[in-house]
This record gives sequence, C-alpha cells and structure tokens, in this order.
Amino acid sequence: MAEGIKDKVAIIGMGCTRFGERWESSAEDLMVEAFVECLEDAGIEKKEIQAAYLGSHFDEVNIGKAALPLSMTLKLPFIPVTRTENFCATATEAFRAACYSVAAGVYDIVLALGVEKLKDTGYGGLPAGAARGVSAMMVGANMTPPGMFAQLATAYGAKWDISMDKIKDAIAHVSAKSHANGALNPKAHLRKVISEEQIKAAPMIAYPLGLFDCCGVSDGAACAIISTPEIAESLKKNQDIVKVKALQISDSSGEEAMYSNWDGSHFVTTRKAATKAYEEAGIKNPREEVNMMEVHDCFSITEMVTMEDLHISPKGGSYDDIMDGFYDLDGQVPCQVDGGLKCYGHPIGASGLRMIYAMYEQILDRVPEERKVKNARVGLTHNLGGTPWMNVGAISIIGKD
Amino acid sequence: MVGICSYGGYVPRYRLNRGLIYKAMGWINPANIANAKGEKAVANFDEDSITMAVAAGIDALTGVERSDVEGVYFASTTMPYKERLNAGIITAALGLDDHIRAADFSGGIKAGTTALLSAMEGVESKRTNDILVCSSDSRLGKPASPPELIFGDGAAALLVGSEDVIAQFKGAYSTTHDFVDHFRGEFTKFDRQWEDRWIRDLGFDQLVPEAVNGLLDKYQLKISDFAKVVYPCHYSAARRKLNKVLGISPEAEQGNLQTEMGETGTPHALVMLVSALEEAKPGEKILVVSFGSGCDALYFEVTENIKNLKERNGISGYLARKAELDNYTKYLVWRDILPGDTGLRGEEDLWTRWSALWRGRKMVLGLWGGKCKKCGTAQLPPQRICVNPDCGAVDEMEEYRFSDKIAHIASYTGDMLAASLNPPAVYGAVNFEGGGKYYFDFTDCDLESLATGMSVSMSFRRKYYDPKRDIVGYFWKAVPTEEVK
Repeated sequence: MAEGIKDKVAIIGMGCTRFGERWESSAEDLMVEAFVECLEDAGIEKKEIQAAYLGSHFDEVNIGKAALPLSMTLKLPFIPVTRTENFCATATEAFRAACYSVAAGVYDIVLALGVEKLKDTGYGGLPAGAARGVSAMMVGANMTPPGMFAQLATAYGAKWDISMDKIKDAIAHVSAKSHANGALNPKAHLRKVISEEQIKAAPMIAYPLGLFDCCGVSDGAACAIISTPEIAESLKKNQDIVKVKALQISDSSGEEAMYSNWDGSHFVTTRKAATKAYEEAGIKNPREEVNMMEVHDCFSITEMVTMEDLHISPKGGSYDDIMDGFYDLDGQVPCQVDGGLKCYGHPIGASGLRMIYAMYEQILDRVPEERKVKNARVGLTHNLGGTPWMNVGAISIIGKD
Repeated sequence: MVGICSYGGYVPRYRLNRGLIYKAMGWINPANIANAKGEKAVANFDEDSITMAVAAGIDALTGVERSDVEGVYFASTTMPYKERLNAGIITAALGLDDHIRAADFSGGIKAGTTALLSAMEGVESKRTNDILVCSSDSRLGKPASPPELIFGDGAAALLVGSEDVIAQFKGAYSTTHDFVDHFRGEFTKFDRQWEDRWIRDLGFDQLVPEAVNGLLDKYQLKISDFAKVVYPCHYSAARRKLNKVLGISPEAEQGNLQTEMGETGTPHALVMLVSALEEAKPGEKILVVSFGSGCDALYFEVTENIKNLKERNGISGYLARKAELDNYTKYLVWRDILPGDTGLRGEEDLWTRWSALWRGRKMVLGLWGGKCKKCGTAQLPPQRICVNPDCGAVDEMEEYRFSDKIAHIASYTGDMLAASLNPPAVYGAVNFEGGGKYYFDFTDCDLESLATGMSVSMSFRRKYYDPKRDIVGYFWKAVPTEEVK
C-alpha cells in the first residue's frame, strides 16, 4: 500500500536568484547563481550529488531541449540528469522527481533546478509559439495567457452573481498585497508599493484584467537539494529540518475543455490535488493548519478563485477573506509572502522551486522581521500550468516538525 | 422543371461611409465627390471572398438537406488562392459531401451569372442536380480612385435544382466581348478602369441592350413582360438612359444597392437577383443581366413554391445588420493597403502543415466534432475516447456538425496583448445547445455588448495569414446573435 511522500525526504539546501529582467544574465549565469547559494546552504560538495533534474519550459527561447545545459553548466560529473517540463508546474516536477528518487532509495542526494530565460523575445508577455504543437494554430482562438485567465472573472461573476466591480475590488486587493510583500524583498522583480486605486485605473490588458492584475515576466532560477531525513540531521545538527509533507499533481482529463460539466469559474485540478495533498500531509483543516502559502497568482483572478479551490475560503466566498486581509502578510494565512508570481516574478521553469524557497526561508526563520510570517511551520505551494480549462495543478506542502 | 430552389445573401457587417473616405482622400481627386454618397459594405479583417461565399451558402442552405448538394460553383475575381480550389474550401466549410463536383469561375465579373448558367444547364442535362452557386468579391480600388468609393463587398448564393423550384429557368442569351472597362493583371492588387464616359457610352449603353434584345428576340418576349429587371450599373445617369431606351418601368427596375453596399463585382447581378426574389410573387418573370467582358441575360419565372421558402437573412437581413466602420485607416490596414504593425508577437512564424490540415480538415474547415454512440455526448474536437467520464467508450463516435448549432457564451474577454488587426481580440468559451463546448474567437461584435448567456452562431473566417508563404488559414468564429436569454 502506497504511503505517500510525507516525511520521507528533507530539503537540505536551496538557492534562488533575484528574479527580473536580467538582461545581463544568460540562463547559464542564472543556473550558477542559484546553484552556488544552494550548495553552500546544503553544506555538501558538488561531487556528492548523485542525480539531478532540470526544469525549463520555453525551450525555443530558453536553453533548448534536454538536460545537458544543466550538467554542462554546473560541470556535473557524468551523473544522470533529466529534464522535466509541465507548463508552469515544470520546477515542481523537477522537485517531485528529486524527492521521489530519494524516497525510492535509489539516491541519497539529488538536485532539482528550474531556470527560465524569457526576456529574449523582444516583446512583453510570454513568448507566442507552438506550445501545443503545429496543428493547434489551425484551430481555436487567438488567445494569450491574460485573456485565457481573464475569463475566470466573467465565469465566476456569472456563477456567483457577483458584479464585476466587486470582483475588481477583490483582485485589486490581491495585487496590492503582493506588491506590498514584493516591495520588502530584495530579490523580487517588481518592488513598488501600488495602491488599489492605481491597480484599478491601470490600462486594460484583457478584460477585466488590467496591467497590475498580471504577473511579472521574468528571468530567474531556483534550486533545491533533496536528501533523506537521516542525512539532513547529520548535516544540520541542532537545526530545524524542513521535510516534504505532500506532493500532488492533477492533470486535466479533457472534461473541463470538452464536457459540459464545468462552468469555467474554478480549477478542477487544483481542487483534486489539494484534497489529496491534505490527505497525504495529514491535514484535516487546511484553513487552520496551513500557516502560509505561495499560490499560482499568474493573474490576480487566478489567486482569487484558487483560494476557494485550495479549500481555504468557502466556495463563492473568497471576496470576504481577501477584503478582510485574511491572506495579507499579517493575516491568518499569509499568501505570496515573497511577492508571488505577481511581484517576485514568473520565470516559468523556475517558479515552482521559487515558491518552495519562499516557504523554506520562512520555516527556517531566515527572513527579516518586516516580512516574517508568524508561526511559520507548514507552508503550501501551488502551481497551475496551462489554461483554466486544460492544466496541471500542482501542490507541495513542506514543514518542520 | 429546372431553376432556383433556394437563395441566400451576405453583406459584411461593417459599412464605411463614403464621405469619410472622401474626407481623407478627396484632396487628391476632388471630382470624386460625385461618388461619395452613401455607404460601402466592407469585409471585416477576418473576411474574404471565400468566407463571404460560405456565409451566403449557409444562408441559401437554410432548410436544405446538405447531403443533397451535388456541386459547388464559386464565382469571384478575388479568390484567395490561384492554385488550390477555392470552391473546395467552400465545400468543406459547408460540410458537404466529398464526392461532389466543385469548380471556380473567374476572369470577368460576369462569371457569377456564367456559373449560374452552367449550373442550370448541368441540371437540365439531368446528369447532376442541386448545385450551389456561390459568388462573392472584395475588390480593391486604389485610395482616392473612383473604384475605391464605388466598390462594396458582398456575396450571394443560389441553389439550382429540379425539385421545389422557386424560380424556373426559362432561357438565356450570352455575349462575350473583350471590352476592358476594368481589369487586374496577375500581380495587381488594385482594380483599374478606363474612362467613365467610354464605359457608359459604349459599354452599358450598347452591350446591355444587345443582350437584353437578344434574349427578348430569342424568346419572343417584350420587356414589359418582366416584373423585375436586374442589371448592375452603378452610373445613375446611364441607368436612367437604359431604363428609358429599354422601356424598363420604375416599378420593374431592381435597385442596384449602390447607396447601401456598393458595386460588389462578380456577385452583384446575383445579389440584386436575391433582393428581387425576396420580394417576388408567383408568376412574375425576372430578367437578370450581368455586365463584364460581355453579358449574360437570364430569364426566370417565379413559382408558387416561393411561398414555402423558410425564413433566412437574405440580402435585406444582412443589410439591416450593420455597424459603422468609423475609421478609414482601419479599412486600409484590414485590406493591407496600409501596413499596420501588430508588434513582434504578430511576427511569429505561422506556417501551415498541409499534411496536418489534411488529417484535421473535417474539424478545421467544417467544424465537425463527434457524438458518442454509446452516451450521446457531443464533443469538439473529435475524440477517439469519449470525454464523458461515466462513459469513456473507445471508437464509438459518429461525425457531428457544430457549424450549424447555436451556442451560448460561458466566459469571454477582450485581449489587448494578442496580436490582432481589430483589437482587443475578443474571444471566449461557448456551450453548444445539444452539448459540446469550445473556445472561439468572437467576431462582428464589440466587447461592451457581450454578456454571459448570450447566444452565438458559427461563422467561417480567416484565422491567420502567413505572409511569408501567402497562405490564408481558415477556421470558425462565434458571432453574437442576440441579447442575453
């Protein structure tokens, strides 16, 4: 009988670059930057790493295919290195693979690194390209990510009979909160405090989402070294050990896109992955037991509906929690404590590991007082890769005992 | 009995006030003020002769079993493809059987009536039946030229057959003259014309009566036998003179729609014929005369069956559905007369993999999905494994046409990031009546007018253009049709 991942592996080191428009840095520079920090944190030597996983998404504008860019950049000595790609859950997949290979007892020490170099396209937003193969361009609509996710707002408003003005108020608070958090973080891409009024007055990108409802398109890399709890304890004597409590992924089955039982107002995958993750982690009441979160706020409306899909806010009730400051840094379950995708930035292939890094540094009490989460023991991260109707919903829960 | 069994029309939603064009371009040719009255119908950025012909074809197939259609004749001088059968694209878009004959008619703007005549004679031969004749044009006049003001875009379609004939084909008389009033060479974008006075005095004044009298003599008829006389000629003075010379009474003169939509070219005689049929009564005789490299004169007699024809948009319905295009430069960009920049995102390579299109042609061109024979779930795109989680049957699908189904908006947005020649790019999810859902571009609408629940119908449109290889890609879009239910 499968038991799940809970407490079977520990994170012994992490690294994360400053995210942003890193015009001066190549993907290779970013990988080295994250890796150096991570290795130092782990307190091991490079040769002790037995296997590695590389996450990267836009291979056309990023580092190309295969895992060789990682092994050759870091000069990993002929060990197995594998590339993972699963839209925005790409880095979480690298992390998951590393965790599973340690949990399986195949390796003792494994590296997971995610990197994305987006700012070589010449235009704003994510690169346009054949993300779904060469046949996809012949059908469908002329969509970009803001417009794909913006439709959550019209569908959510129709489902719960909530006016667009009210939705705009809530999602403006979502973004204002992330800007406030990002402003405190020297590694964040966007570091300005922005008011809710400014957010609502911004130019429209995809109705009803304005400029500040969209996350940063950034370059960056993040990584983790995974080991067994026993090795972690031997390396980190008298220190807190961060263990993995749950790893769950749910992929769309085609029902949301093609079967009429989904109304477009929420994420089916996130709901399913969250339920399984809480079960795996032994969490009965997530609203009380999860201390902080990094969710996939690619757009403010995504965060709003995700709060319900994670079973933290009641269905149709995230408005009240958001406006009450429940998810603010000083709220009950602070969310996007490092700025989130919104302000820390969103290099696709690195984001999942960046989120785990944000939880990890809070759990280990490594952040300055002004952005510290009180009682940070259990953190949840969430990625949503794809579109609302066809996606990968990934959840990780990490914590200290 | 052989004749017209059904008709359909199409006029694009946008109308450009000719005064607006004159205001922008009149400085270069002040005499053009004479042509600056009324509106010209303008194809949307995602429309062309093929898409308009499909729209008119769908209108004409109202109440017609599509599997009955045995041929598609397409007439146009602005076909998107020189090699690749344009009528073949129309056939696939209309969801017609593959085992039919399709042909393109072109060269001169009388090609519309020539296609109609060929269909009539084909059915008369009894070797074929139920031929759909579609004609459309989207001709370009150079900015500041008279043709720019005179031309309009539109389409007409007529189903020719031997059963349930609404207008019996009684005879025809054709002439062919290499009279070059208008012309375009192989690599020319803009229509060119010779002097108006020569076109009027030698063209319309002599060639139209020659055809009309030829037909009258051939069939021992008088012009007064006809309840309606249809002939395209945008020169109002020439029309007055011709009416007088031929003896066409004011009641019998079919209006040329110059003020409402403009001279549409190849389809124009048929556009006017559809307008005449919309008003026609049993027993009436209609004379249709086209003009362009000669003339075709065709003679019809309306039957009792016209009363049984199902309601459709026709030319009048589409003329009434209109929106002002209050921006002349937008028109210039849409027609690629003025190069508009949609940004680097819009420059990504879009190249068509013909082998992939061939595999996916039923969905791409015809919007065919599947319907599960086990559980009845309609699904788009077509699936091998049923999407109903309680079914999951493998290879139990039958083809199911979505293009003629009404759907309702489930979610929508207007996207300013997407590269579009008509920003914001409006799109969203729709749920089909009868099951199935899909994400479509929305067209012929404004973001402000949309709401969830609003009904939409499907429209065949240009999806992309690959300038590197001169490829137009087509797919279906949703057109909002009514207010929220």
